[in-house]
Amino acid sequence: MARMKFLCDAERCIECNGCVTACKNENEVPWGINRRRVVTLDDGLPGEKSISVACMHCTDAPCAAVCPVDCFYTTEDGVVLHDKDLCIGCGYCFYACPFGAPQYPQKEAFGVRGKMDKCTFCGGGPEPDNSAIEKKMYGANRLAQGKLPLCAEMCATKALLAGDGDMVADIYRERVLKRGGRPNSWGWETAYRKNV
Amino acid sequence: MTERRKGTAAKPGSRRRRRLIVWSLVLVLASAMALPLVGYLAVDQAQAQEQSRNANDDKVVNPRAEYWREVRDGIAGYTTAEGPEAGILIQNGGQNWRQIRNGPVATYGAWAILALFVVLAVYHLFTGGYKMPDRTGRKIPRWPGIDRFIHWYTAVLFILLAITGLSILWGRAVLIPVMGKEGFAAWLAIAKPIHDYTALFFAAGLVVMIAKWMHHNIPKGYDIQWLLKGGGYLGGGHPPAGFSNAGEKAWYWTLVFFGGAMVVSGFYLLFPNLGTERPGMQLANVVHDVSALVCCVFALMHIYLGTIGSEGALEAMVSGEVDEQYAKNHHPLWYDEVMKGKGGYSGGGAVSPAPASPEK
Repeated sequence: MARMKFLCDAERCIECNGCVTACKNENEVPWGINRRRVVTLDDGLPGEKSISVACMHCTDAPCAAVCPVDCFYTTEDGVVLHDKDLCIGCGYCFYACPFGAPQYPQKEAFGVRGKMDKCTFCGGGPEPDNSAIEKKMYGANRLAQGKLPLCAEMCATKALLAGDGDMVADIYRERVLKRGGRPNSWGWETAYRKNV
Repeated sequence: MTERRKGTAAKPGSRRRRRLIVWSLVLVLASAMALPLVGYLAVDQAQAQEQSRNANDDKVVNPRAEYWREVRDGIAGYTTAEGPEAGILIQNGGQNWRQIRNGPVATYGAWAILALFVVLAVYHLFTGGYKMPDRTGRKIPRWPGIDRFIHWYTAVLFILLAITGLSILWGRAVLIPVMGKEGFAAWLAIAKPIHDYTALFFAAGLVVMIAKWMHHNIPKGYDIQWLLKGGGYLGGGHPPAGFSNAGEKAWYWTLVFFGGAMVVSGFYLLFPNLGTERPGMQLANVVHDVSALVCCVFALMHIYLGTIGSEGALEAMVSGEVDEQYAKNHHPLWYDEVMKGKGGYSGGGAVSPAPASPEK
C-alpha cells in the first residue's frame, strides 16, 4: 500500500495559488474555509520563497491524539480523515496541529465553530465512496477513482507533489541532484516519522 | 660619474640590457599572476558593501538560511488566505500542549481524584465519619437564605460543569469503551454547549460568593493550630475555629485563586482568537484543566465533609441553622461570639432561638 504524502518544492513554487483554487473548486468547500493555502516568506524581498501547505496527513497525527471524541482515523494509504458525525467542534485539533490545517465553518462567541473541515488528500470521508453525501460533507474522493489530489495534479510548475511518499521523495531527490543545493523536504520532519 | 660610466660603457651596457630583460620578464610574470586577483578584490569590496547594506537593513547575510529558521520559530509569512494565523507555516506549541494535556494533566489529575476517593472511603470505613450524638436541640442561625441560594446555585452549576468538563478530558478513555463512539459523541455534542453556556452563570455566582464571604475567610493565627491538628478529624479534640474553620478557608481561597484562574482561562477558550492566538489558547487550556482539577479535588473533599463526613453540616446549608453542639464543636470561637450576642447574622434576630422542647 502506498503511504500518501505531500511535498512542496519551495524552489519551484511561484505563488500562483492554482492549488488553492483547484482545491476549492474540486471539493466545493464553503466560503471562508481554506483547506490549502500558499504562504510566502520574505514577500517582495530578494530570495522570497513560497510554500503551499495543507493537512500533511501526519504519521502520529496530533489532531487525532487530542480529539475528545476520537473522530480521526488513518486510512490504509496513510491519509488522516475524520468523521464529521462525531466532531463536536471543540477546536482542540486546531490547537494541536502544527500546520494550521483544521478549519471551521463558523466563528462565533462561546466557541461555536461548527464541524471541523480539513484537507482529505481528495480522499473523501467515512461515507460510501463518491456518494452524494460524501461529496457534500467531505468533498471529492479522487483516490477512490484512482486519481491523486487535484491541487498537485494542477500545479503548473510541479512544485506541489502528492502521492506515495517514496515516489515523491525520489522525484524530489532527482531534482536536487540535478540542480544542486540543499534538499528541503518541507514539513516532513514535523509530520512524518522515519520510514512511515 | 659620467666619466666612470663612459669608461665602463661597453661591458656594463650589455649587462644592463640583460638585467632589464630579466626584470621585465619578472614584472610581466608577476603582473600576469597578480592582476587577475584584482577581481577578488572587487568581489570582496562588493560583498563588504552588501554586508554593510544588509546590516543597515537589520538582515543577516544569507536570507535563505534564515527563513527555514523563521518557519520553525513560527514567523508569519504573507498569504492571501484569510483566517487566524494563516501566514504561520509551523506552530510548534501544539506539540507541547498535546503532551502536557494528554500526559501529566490527564494522568495526575485522574490519580489525584482517585487517590482522594480511596482516602475518603478508607477514612469513612474506619471512623464512620464524624458523629454528633450530643445534640442540645437548640438551633443557631448560620446561613441566611441568600447565602444558601448562592451556595446551591454555584454548587449545582459546578457539578454540571465538572461532569461535562471531565467528560471532555477523560471521556475518550473512560466513556467511549462503555458508550461507543457514536453514543459518546452524542453526549459530548450536548455536554460541550452546556459547559460553554452555564460557565457564564457559574462565573457570576462564583464572583458574588467570593465577594460576599470574604469577611468570613480572612486567615487568623489560630487557623495554624486547626491545620496542625488536621481539623480534629484525626482525633485529639476540636481545634479553635471562628465562623469558618481553616479547612473552609482553604477551600474558599482555592476557589479565589484556582477558581479565578479557571474562569479567566475559560473566558479565553469561550472566545477563541479574541486577543489570543494558538499559544494563548494552548496555555489557557492547560491552566483551565489544572485549576479545574484542583477545584474538583477540593470539591470532592467539601462534598464528603458537608454530607456524610460530618453530621450536622448539611443542615446548615439546608435550613440555615446548626445545632448548638455543632457550633460548639466545629466553630467554638464563633459560638462564643454568638453567646455574647454578636455573632449571629442580623436577619436571624436573637442570639439563639428558644431551646427545643425536651425530647426524652
